[in-house]
Amino acid sequence: MNLVFRLAWRNLWRQPRRTWLTTGAMVFSNMLLVFMISLQIGMYGLMIDNTLQAFTGHLQVQAPGYIDDQKMRQTVPDAVPLAESLREEIENVNVAARGTAFALVSSEERSYGIAVVGVEPAFEPGVSTIPGLVAEGRFLGDEDAAEIIIGAALARNLRVSLGDELTLLGSGRDGSFAAAVVNIVGIFDSGIADFDRSIAEIPIGLFQDVFYMNGSGHQVVINAGGIDGVAELQVRIESLLPAGQGLVVHDWDALQPGLQQAIKADISSAFFMYGILVILVAFSVLNTQLMSVLERTHEFGIVMSLGLTPGRLGRLVLLETAIMGLLGLVLGAILGGLVTYWFSVNGFAYPGMEELAAKFNLPSRFFPQVSPLTLLLGPAVVFLFTILAALYPALRLHRLHPVEAMRAV
Amino acid sequence: MHMLAILFRLAWRNLWRNHRRTLIMLMAIVLGTWAMIFMTALMRGMVTEVVRDGISALPGHVQVHHPEYRDDPSVANLIPVSDTELSARFSTAGFRQWATRVRVPAVITSEYDSRGVTLLGVDPAYERDLTFVDYDAVSGRFLESASDTGIVIGRKLAETLNTEVGKRIVLMSQDPENDIADRGFRVVGIFDANIQAFEENYVFAGKATTQKMLRIGDQVSEVVVLGDDYRDVEAEFNKTLQLVDGSVVVERWDDLDAYLGTMLGVMDGFVLVWVIVIFLALSFGLVNTLVMAVFERVREIGLMLALGMRPINILGQIIVESLLLLAIGLAIGTALSWASVQPIKDGIDISIVGEGLDMWGMSSVLYPELLLSDVILANVVVLILGFLASLSPAWRAANYEPIEAITKV
Repeated sequence: MNLVFRLAWRNLWRQPRRTWLTTGAMVFSNMLLVFMISLQIGMYGLMIDNTLQAFTGHLQVQAPGYIDDQKMRQTVPDAVPLAESLREEIENVNVAARGTAFALVSSEERSYGIAVVGVEPAFEPGVSTIPGLVAEGRFLGDEDAAEIIIGAALARNLRVSLGDELTLLGSGRDGSFAAAVVNIVGIFDSGIADFDRSIAEIPIGLFQDVFYMNGSGHQVVINAGGIDGVAELQVRIESLLPAGQGLVVHDWDALQPGLQQAIKADISSAFFMYGILVILVAFSVLNTQLMSVLERTHEFGIVMSLGLTPGRLGRLVLLETAIMGLLGLVLGAILGGLVTYWFSVNGFAYPGMEELAAKFNLPSRFFPQVSPLTLLLGPAVVFLFTILAALYPALRLHRLHPVEAMRAV
Repeated sequence: MHMLAILFRLAWRNLWRNHRRTLIMLMAIVLGTWAMIFMTALMRGMVTEVVRDGISALPGHVQVHHPEYRDDPSVANLIPVSDTELSARFSTAGFRQWATRVRVPAVITSEYDSRGVTLLGVDPAYERDLTFVDYDAVSGRFLESASDTGIVIGRKLAETLNTEVGKRIVLMSQDPENDIADRGFRVVGIFDANIQAFEENYVFAGKATTQKMLRIGDQVSEVVVLGDDYRDVEAEFNKTLQLVDGSVVVERWDDLDAYLGTMLGVMDGFVLVWVIVIFLALSFGLVNTLVMAVFERVREIGLMLALGMRPINILGQIIVESLLLLAIGLAIGTALSWASVQPIKDGIDISIVGEGLDMWGMSSVLYPELLLSDVILANVVVLILGFLASLSPAWRAANYEPIEAITKV
């Protein structure tokens, strides 16, 4: 083995320029793959977390059908006690009940139709980033107080500020007329005007009163901290739900079907590109190894007539390729890791990305995360294809006849 | 000229001396070129689709509003010039298509539920092709005139409100005095849109009917103008500027939606990056092939030099060889990408990831878009960079010392 290894090593450096060029192709692709995959995985994680933590949560308990229709009548009975019991049963998760209604919100001067969400003031901060985004005033306090927090864009459009009164007009759970007068105690600013304009929050007690909810809500939101283990948690929560009410638990993929699929769409186009890159490298290796086998025809003829089998020669060629591939893998992973690390400290931005990023709840500067997976996934695939590419030149040796080969110049 | 012909012939023959090597390299170039162009066509198609859908939602390439309308899209910010006056001016300007409309937030209520929507008061005669609604595909009918008393809503909204063609709904908004303005409408049509959010967010009513309901007399919220090509709307923009005074603002679609605007710019940058990345992956193999070709022919090159061929011609020959190889690869690759776009020219269904694409603002049918400019870009970039990459091996070949070269084994 040692001898074969030494032979392979020496063969590689007979043509140092060629070996370096071929390795260079691998190193280049590997660096690119390490960087891109780190960037993507970091980005998807952020996209999922930011989107879910903002409002949706990882799991929601709802009435059947609510997810599609969001009708007032599709309620979760005794939502607040249910949230309370889930909080007691399960550790390390945040749970809060909500109710959602569409209403016309009017100030002295203006009216807008928005979604009014009833939330538990004490527990909402655990399942949504909105309480933390209150830029003026404070978040809701008492469960039954006639208070509301609204978005900055809506406040501007309604021409109102802290302390002003707003009138809510809408229809209650039974279709009857619902109205309330509330005080603005806080104004939140998420930076996304459309979102700020579309939503306002009031305490759930008040919500249940105004919209004749009779103690019920529309969702119980569960924030599990991260997407790991959500499936087990879902099963557990399903088992804890009161029987006979037909309540269902939806996971984040069902709640935000676009999210997972946007990621899938992005992954599939990215992997098409990576695939092309890997195949181009494989061609490069194929070319090099074929050349290196062809130019040694004479030499191979001699060693074969001395009794070396084509199989062992083939293994020699494969070993040469493997060494070259490993070199590319190690150098590519190290250099790619360094480049990625630099960006993970300094951030990565692309002109025009800010607007695109804002659309997906992403910051305008990305910090790719280096992990063993992102470091090795791309280079490992390149290595695999490198070996595959060397199979043809290696198998070709079986067709070699020692006598003819020796005559070759 | 004569010399060039000889160089060309020499280069051609040299290429096919080692046909296997040339073919492998050729395959790599073809694959690379195909990937560059095909992928670009797909991406272009996606972006066009996003922008087109986006514009159809806005809609209009150039729009005129009250200066404060964008931050506060309400009935308080109408265009100060009367609709009659605006129409008189715009109808003589020779636009391909234009329309004036009322566009305000409203709350729509059926006997079951209510939702916030954007109410578009339109004159159907002017709106054909301007909106995302296909008049002929509406179940029921689209509006018939500006004073039509019916309303047309989206499929999804109809489901949520539990309503259908022939039933009545109530629209609530406000008049300029901030009094509630409401009116009952009969649903006369239900439209389908390729993006679900449109079906949820927009309702169409007659312009005159809407004006009456909102008590705004002869005023409108916006004028929209449609140009021939969304990429170039300068002519329409300038013409529109001539028609209005300083009491309103005129904006292009890419000012109105920063996301869509940057999308095109980012895409152009991305195409170039993609082409260069593929080229770099190819370049290692290309340089390798050339280096080997030079290396094998050291004696022959020495001989040619000794016989009086000038170094510059040797240089030229290697470069011609490289460019010839690239040109053949590019030609086949380009032809291949054209051929692979043909069968899917009428759109490929990518609805497996459909909802995800919705999130990016895309519909689920993708129309690849093969732009001549992209094909030229890919070809020119590869030829120029290929020329640069072949300089080094060619330079080496040209600088051999004839005696040393001939005696080299």
